[in-house]
Order: sequence, then C-alpha cells, then structure tokens
Amino acid sequence: MSVITIERRVLEKNDEIARLNRALIESHGLFSFNIVSSPGAGKTSILERTLEHLRDSLRIAVIEGDVQTDFDAQRVARYGVPAIQIITQGGCHLEARLVQDALARLNLRDLDLLIIENVGNLVCPANYDLGEALKVVVLSTTEGDDKPLKYPAMFRNASVLIINKIDLLPYVSCDLEAVRRNALQINPQLKIFETSCTTRAGIPEWCGWLEERSRRRP
Amino acid sequence: MHELSIAQNIIEIVEQYVPGAAMAEVRSVRVRVGRLSGIVPDSLEFSFSAIVAGTPLGSARLDIEDVPAVCRCEACSAEFEAADFVFVCPACGDVNTQLLSGSDLQVVDIELEEAPVQEP
Repeated sequence: MSVITIERRVLEKNDEIARLNRALIESHGLFSFNIVSSPGAGKTSILERTLEHLRDSLRIAVIEGDVQTDFDAQRVARYGVPAIQIITQGGCHLEARLVQDALARLNLRDLDLLIIENVGNLVCPANYDLGEALKVVVLSTTEGDDKPLKYPAMFRNASVLIINKIDLLPYVSCDLEAVRRNALQINPQLKIFETSCTTRAGIPEWCGWLEERSRRRP
Repeated sequence: MHELSIAQNIIEIVEQYVPGAAMAEVRSVRVRVGRLSGIVPDSLEFSFSAIVAGTPLGSARLDIEDVPAVCRCEACSAEFEAADFVFVCPACGDVNTQLLSGSDLQVVDIELEEAPVQEP
C-alpha cells in the first residue's frame, strides 16, 4: 500500500473563480450581496420593494438564479434595472462560474450595487462562494422560528437576516423573539431587519442600511 | 442535496494525482467533512459509489472523517465544541466566537495498492 497526500479543498475551483469575481466587482467600486432563502420566503418580492425604493438613488443590477424559467428576471426588469437570468437546469444552487458569465454581460462601470438572487434553498448555497461582499438570508414568519437551528451553516455564513411576512404574524405561530434568539445564537453578528412586502413595513429601514452600505466605497 | 456534484469534484481531484492506468489500484479516498459544511456524509458516500460503479475507480472506498464544529471564545479564549450549533461559550456565556474547524470539505489523501511486480 502507498499513500498520496492531497490536502486540497473540494470546492477550490469554485473558490478560485469566486475570488476573481470578487476582485472584478470590487475593482468597480461596487457593493454586492447574495440573497438566499428557502423557496417562497419572498426574495424576489424583497428585491421588487428594494428596487422601488432605491432605483432613483442607486444604479442597481440583478443576477437571477432559478432552476427553470426567467419569471424572476422579468419581474425585476419591470423596475427598469438590468436583470440577467441564470437557469441552473436542475442545479440546486448558483456557482461562481455561472456568476462569472453573468458579470461579463453587465456594464459594471455604470453600477453602484449588484444583487445576486440565489436558487431557493437553504442548504447548498451556503457552500458556494460567488464572489459577493456578503450574504443576506431571508426567513419568513410562515416557516417557523426554529429554522436558523435547522440550517446552521447558512445562518452562520450570512451577515444580514431579513425576517419577512411580518404582516402574517397574527395568523401564524411564529415567535419573533425566538427567531431572533435562535439566529443570534448561531451568529451573534447578524444584522436583523423585519419586513412585510405587502404593507412595506421595515422596507425603508432595510433600504436605508443598504444605501448607506452601497455608498461606502471600498 | 448537491452531494453528487461534490463527489464529482472529489473524483476530479483524485484524477489529477493518479494516472488513468493506476485508477483501479485506488483502495480508498479520505475526505474531511465538517459538521457545518452542509454535506450529509451518507449521501456523499452514496453519490460517490454511484459515480465510480463500473469505472476503474469502482473498488475504491470513500472514507469520511467527521469534523466537529469547534470554536474559540473571543472573550475568554476557551475552546469548545458547538454541539447542536449553539455558538455560546459554555465557560463565560459570551456569544462572540471564532470558528476553528467544522466548515471543512477537503480531500485528505488516497491509498493505492501497489501494482504487482511483473515477473520476467
């Protein structure tokens, strides 16, 4: 028997492309985030409210990841921002290579903020760095307050948590205090916003933070 | 959920170290999988065996080394395992911790059976 020592990261190829993406994004002075959640938590709705709120003050582009269809890119394009759809054809997450291709189709010089909407999934996207500045995780009140504990990797790797659909709190058994406690136990540095895309509650606070962050040049 | 593509990545790394003709001699591939890597060991093992079946790598075994989530408290420097992913220092109760291990996803080494020496 003989042993060959390897000691290499399994996702090194992805991480290498992510590093290139990050360098490209930063060289244009762009702020970026990768928005993740389980399906139906409201990622695209949050982006619509965000674009509505910020499109006059920031130059924004969106990269949309979906398993099939370009419905989300169409929804986002209605707000007059460049939207590139990536269809993963069954793939459960975005990879750095797919984002690299999308970046080549955008005029990065003319932007302040790049938003990457990942495939709805709280497991796999946690592993794949895309080159974004930070991850924003969305959890809706209909999903239960124990979700951060069930998907610790994602909540540990995210910098921002948006608790969405707070208008539904009277109808669901979700304890907001428990969501916050569980999330902060996994990641005490998480910045938390509470929003409703229907009543627009919390949207100005989230957008205010995002605008300030996007104007801060690296 | 994406263990199949992870298994494929592992095989691609192995291929860089073992010439095609020697693939059948690979006995085991050792990988390190952290509890925070998002990878389910059973599912990875299943994916690996499904991909290598019928190929020269077919008799290779995937050995998975489980890596617990270990943290260091930034307040009191105590090191502890974040069992159940509770990142709260058991010594002083502080929540600011640095992850030392647990997000690992690496190919460690491979074990080869030497080719039998050809008799003249």
